[in-house]
Amino acid sequence: MTRNPVLLLGAALVAAQAAAALAAPWLAPFDPNAQDILARLHAPDAIHWLGTDNFGRDTLARALYGYRTLFAIAATSVLAALAAGGTIGVLAAWRGGWADHVAMRLMDVLFAFPIILLAIGIIAVLGPGALSTAIAIGVVYTPIFARTLRGPALLLRETDYVAAARATGASDTRILLRHLLPNLTPVILVQASLSLSTAILVEASLSFLGLGTRPPTASLGRMLAESRNFLTFSPWPAVFSGLAILLAALGFNLLGDGLQDALDPRLRSRS
Amino acid sequence: MIRAAAIRMLELMLVGFGVSVLTFLMIHLVPGDAAQLMLGGADATPERIAALRHTLGLDRSLVVQYGIWIGHVLQGDFGTSVWTGRPVLEEIAGRVPVTVELTCLSLLVALVFAVPAGCLMATMRRPGPDVMLRILTIAGVTVPSFWLGTMLLYGAGVLAPGVPMIGWVRFSDDPAGNLQRMILPTIALSLPVLTALSRVVRAAMLEALAQDYVRTARAKGISEGRVVFRHALRNALIPFTTTAGIMAGYLFGGSVVVEQVFALPGLGRLMVGAIAERNYPLIQAAILLATAVFVLVNFAVDLIYVAIDPRAREA
Repeated sequence: MTRNPVLLLGAALVAAQAAAALAAPWLAPFDPNAQDILARLHAPDAIHWLGTDNFGRDTLARALYGYRTLFAIAATSVLAALAAGGTIGVLAAWRGGWADHVAMRLMDVLFAFPIILLAIGIIAVLGPGALSTAIAIGVVYTPIFARTLRGPALLLRETDYVAAARATGASDTRILLRHLLPNLTPVILVQASLSLSTAILVEASLSFLGLGTRPPTASLGRMLAESRNFLTFSPWPAVFSGLAILLAALGFNLLGDGLQDALDPRLRSRS
Repeated sequence: MIRAAAIRMLELMLVGFGVSVLTFLMIHLVPGDAAQLMLGGADATPERIAALRHTLGLDRSLVVQYGIWIGHVLQGDFGTSVWTGRPVLEEIAGRVPVTVELTCLSLLVALVFAVPAGCLMATMRRPGPDVMLRILTIAGVTVPSFWLGTMLLYGAGVLAPGVPMIGWVRFSDDPAGNLQRMILPTIALSLPVLTALSRVVRAAMLEALAQDYVRTARAKGISEGRVVFRHALRNALIPFTTTAGIMAGYLFGGSVVVEQVFALPGLGRLMVGAIAERNYPLIQAAILLATAVFVLVNFAVDLIYVAIDPRAREA
C-alpha cells in the first residue's frame, strides 16, 4: 500500500472531499443561498475564506453544497450504470450465443454516440434537471460497464472452479453470485472509480451548459457558468468552483489508477 | 484484409441502423405530447397541434414513421425547425464549420504534441519523477476544459486587454482574426486529450522497448535514436491510432461545452439553445450527423489498424 503513492493520494482526496460533502451543513460558514448585498464580489478574506459572488453569497459554502450535488448525481448514475451494464455484460458472457450477440450489439449502438451528445439527447427528451442528468449519465456509462465486465466474465466462465461448481450441481445464480462476482470485484472497483471521475466531469459540463440541477440548488458547474458574468470584477468564484470540480475528478482518477496498479500484479512489475 | 474490412463494414451498417432508430425514437420518448410541448402554451390550438403532429408524422404507426423519416434523412431532409420554419439542415450547416474547425485544430495540436511528449516521458524512468509525472498527467487528463478555458480567458483579459479572444469570424474574411480567436479554445479543448494521448504513447513505448526485437536491434549496435524511433515507436503507434479515433468523438463532444465559454456560434450552442426551445428535429439531426461522422472516423481508424497490424486481420 505505502509503495503506491498514487493510490494513497487518490484515496485521501476522495475521502476528504466526500467527508466535506457529507458534513457540508456543519462545515459551511454561511447559508449557501444567503445573499449579502454589502459583501458582493469580495476577494478571499478572514470572513469569506474563498470570497463571495455577485449576490454576496459565500463561495466556500456554495462549493461545499455543490460537492453534495456533484457527488450525489455522479455516484447514483455510476451505480445505476454498474448495476445495469454489469448485469448485461456478465449475463451476455454467461449465456453466450445469440443473447450475447444481441446484447453486445445493443451496447455497441449506445457506445457509438459521443458521450456528451448522448447525454444532451437524453436530457432533451426528459427535460433539464438533476434526475434527468443522473439518468443520462447512467445510460451513457451502461455500455462501458457491460464491455468491461463481459471480457473477464468470459474468461472466468471457462475456469476449473466454475466447472467444478457446476459439476456439484450449483445453480446459475449461485455460481454467478458466489464465484464470478467476487472475482470480478477488482475490475469493478477500478472501472467504477475511473467512471466516477469522468461522470463528475460530464455532470459538471451539463450543469455548466444549464442542463443540470435547477437553481437554487448549489451546483459547481452552474456556479462556474454564472461566475463568468462577473469574471473581470472577481475571478474567485470561477477559480474555486472549477478547482473543486478538478479535485473531485482527480481524486477518483488517481484512486482508479492506483487501484489498477495494486490489484493487477502484472502491471505493477511493469511500471 | 478484405474479409476483415467486410466484417467491419457489416458492423458499421448495423451500428448505423441502431443509432438511427434510437435517434428516431427520441421524439417518441418525450413524456407527454411532443407536438404540444414544441408549440408551447400560448398558440397551441388543437388544430395547430394536430397539424404539427401530422407534419411530424406522429399520427402514424412507429414502423411507418421510421420508414418515412429515414427516407427523408437519407435524402438530406431532416425536417423544418419549428421556431424559424427553416430547414433544419440549413440551420446546422451554418454552424458546422465552427465546430469542425475547433475539433480539427484541437486534434491536430493533441496529435502533434502527444507523440514527442509520450516518448520523452517513456525515457524518464526514475521512481520519484515517475510518480510525479503520473499524478501530473492524470491531473492534465481530468482538468475540465470549460474551466481551463474560463481561466485562460481571464488571464488573457489581464495580460492583453482589448485583444479579441472570443467570438467568431470567417477564416475567408479574416484568417488572422479567425486563428487568433481559436487559440484559447484550442488550448482548452486539446490539453486533456493531449495528456491522455501522451499517456498512451508512453505506455505503448515502454511496452515496445521491452520487446525482443528492440533488444536485438540494440545488440546489432543500432543507435538509440534509431531504436526508439524506427523500431519501438512504429509499434507503439498502433494503440495510439485507436485511441486517437476515440478521442475525435470526445473532442467533438467537448467542443459543445467549450463553444459556450468562448461564445463560438457552433453546433454546441445551437443544440443547447434547441433544448430550451424543444426543437426536437434540430437536436435529432445534430446528434445523428455528429454520431455518423464519429462512427465513420472510428471505422476508418479500424481499417488503418487492420492495415498496419496484420494480427488484427485474424480477429
